[in-house]
Amino acid sequence: MSTDTPTLDTVEMLKMTGQQAVSAALFQAMEEDPKVLVFGEDVADREGGGVMGTTKGLSTKFGDLRVRSTPIAEQSIMGAAIGAAMAGYKPVAEIMLMNFITVAMDMIVNHAAKLRFMSGGQSQVPLVIRTLTGAGWQTAGQHSDHYEGWFAHTAGIKVVAPSCPADYKGLLLSAIQDPDPVLFIENSQTMFVPGEIAANQGPIPLGKARLVQEGKDITLITYSGMVANTTAAAAELAKAGISAEVIDLRTVSPWDKDAVLASVEKTGRAVVVTEAGRYFGPSAEIAATIQETLFGKLKAPVRRLGGPYCAVPFAKVLEDAYLVQSADVVAAAKGILG
Amino acid sequence: MQLNSEAMPEQGVFQRGNMSQSNQAGNAATPDSAAQLDIFRRMLRIERNDDATRAQIRRGRITAPYYSARGQEVIPSTLSNLLTNDDKICTIYRGIHDMVAKDMPLRPLWAEICGRVDGTCKGKGGPMHLTHPETGVMVTTGIVGSSMPIANGFGWASLLNGDKNVTIAYFGDGASNIGAFHEALNLASVWKLPVIFVCANNGFAEHTRYENGTSVDFIAKRAIGYGMPGFTVDGNDPFDMYAHAHAAIERARAGEGPTLLECKTFRFMGHVFGDADGYMTKEEKEAAIAADPLPAFRQKLIDTGIATEAQLAELQVKLEAEVQDAIDFAFACDYPDVAELRRDVFAEEIPA
Repeated sequence: MSTDTPTLDTVEMLKMTGQQAVSAALFQAMEEDPKVLVFGEDVADREGGGVMGTTKGLSTKFGDLRVRSTPIAEQSIMGAAIGAAMAGYKPVAEIMLMNFITVAMDMIVNHAAKLRFMSGGQSQVPLVIRTLTGAGWQTAGQHSDHYEGWFAHTAGIKVVAPSCPADYKGLLLSAIQDPDPVLFIENSQTMFVPGEIAANQGPIPLGKARLVQEGKDITLITYSGMVANTTAAAAELAKAGISAEVIDLRTVSPWDKDAVLASVEKTGRAVVVTEAGRYFGPSAEIAATIQETLFGKLKAPVRRLGGPYCAVPFAKVLEDAYLVQSADVVAAAKGILG
Repeated sequence: MQLNSEAMPEQGVFQRGNMSQSNQAGNAATPDSAAQLDIFRRMLRIERNDDATRAQIRRGRITAPYYSARGQEVIPSTLSNLLTNDDKICTIYRGIHDMVAKDMPLRPLWAEICGRVDGTCKGKGGPMHLTHPETGVMVTTGIVGSSMPIANGFGWASLLNGDKNVTIAYFGDGASNIGAFHEALNLASVWKLPVIFVCANNGFAEHTRYENGTSVDFIAKRAIGYGMPGFTVDGNDPFDMYAHAHAAIERARAGEGPTLLECKTFRFMGHVFGDADGYMTKEEKEAAIAADPLPAFRQKLIDTGIATEAQLAELQVKLEAEVQDAIDFAFACDYPDVAELRRDVFAEEIPA
């Protein structure tokens, strides 16, 4: 586990959003490696450089053959990514929103994730799927789900979920150069928030968690959109004299077991916080691993906080209730500590 | 066979869905003697290999579902005559004949269908999922329709590389009803990809008769909706196949984009080996077998003086020896080690 934050006196620091960091990573990756391709719905400049503008400027700089807008046909987008990746390219395919991935599941689950194994190692599928999601924009149940658990459950694809600008850039650079398929999740509540990032931010390794803050009484494990609420909860807990350690997993699969287990071994208590639904969600795997490994050393059962068992709702009052709030994390931690 | 007839659809052998005028009657390419002999060699290699596979299954030496391509040999044999090892194919679980036609070596093929570590996929893919990049066998999918979107990616790579390679997406008539077909044809046309969509229309989607599952009388007509040439070809006639495959490949290599070839054929052994064929009439099956393209083409080669009986008999002996060698090799290979479960999931081995 590392903090990956260069010190101010050695490195020039910039302020940018996660989106700007993703854009910077794409420019840098395409500049450094002619095999990197970017494509998806509306990504070229003729179509505005993406509906959010994340890919703006790429097609003008790198040409229409390397940066291509596609039809609204996710299965076809993923198929083209797989074939191009197997032919030696490094495609970064954008699926506008995570819920739209559902119509391309065959390509991702049956093919991208499995072709290396099923071909006995002859096929490589080094592609990246960039996709945006997250509740908070009142877009309801078909535009904001966190389905990373599905993909973490599928052997052969890595799942990355950054929460701050430095990680957006560093993890995307690593994902593009990774020899295996990577799902790169951009969260709507973190993607457009400015933060500090080194001007020369380089790749950050996949599978390594980030220690957001040290603590000794309880470990709060989270990632993506829940990092902000969880960190706020830790500050609240500090006021009550509770020292919480906060871990941002950054990579959901393969997740940084060593970092999590070392922390929980130290604190003896853990809460896992996800935006994804709790029921059969990623937090279940993490909590089960902690309890299987550290049962005798735990001071309390591991708690899990996540979305309730329903679709993401539209009405603001319901959407707020759907999302785990920092008060929920505070209450859970205080409950554990008695 | 004419390449530009508007009248043929009623006769049920040819449909022209092409809006360009690039393929005019009289310009049809015909296979020379060497090409004809090579096409026959590939057909016989498929048939001998298929026959041996079924024999091994009957003897209980292979335990896997098997989708025989008996009767469909002409389609990949003719195409493969026109392809190089740099040209790629994406095929389907019913596609062993596509690989054998592409001259994939039989030893790793047999080791794979026997689940052995020396199989082309180390025994992890099996008969429905063979891969052999050296001969351009890039993907064999068990999912109906999924060869097509992936073939587009190889086509895009060829455009980026600036090479003249083509990619063949093999699929069946049933797959023309799944979304992947429609998405893939649309993208290939918009991007002018060097991909040839080759549909083996054997008249049945698993057990469902063509007309009970498909909205048009000719799948080639669907090409019109995607702005690409589409042809219904007699997939059991090496000359008709050659003319259309040649034109489609030339078009793709010239950067003019994709073509849809609907190749009419028949499968003699049903959907899966052991199939009772209760969904087809005895008469139509008997008629199809009576019109078996393999002995018919063999006789034609002799009648036209391209080969002698003795030459073809010698070819058969050679192919049978190759198949037998592959079988012997496969059954002598070891099974994969269970450590293979941790390998090839990712590039980096998963620790034990």
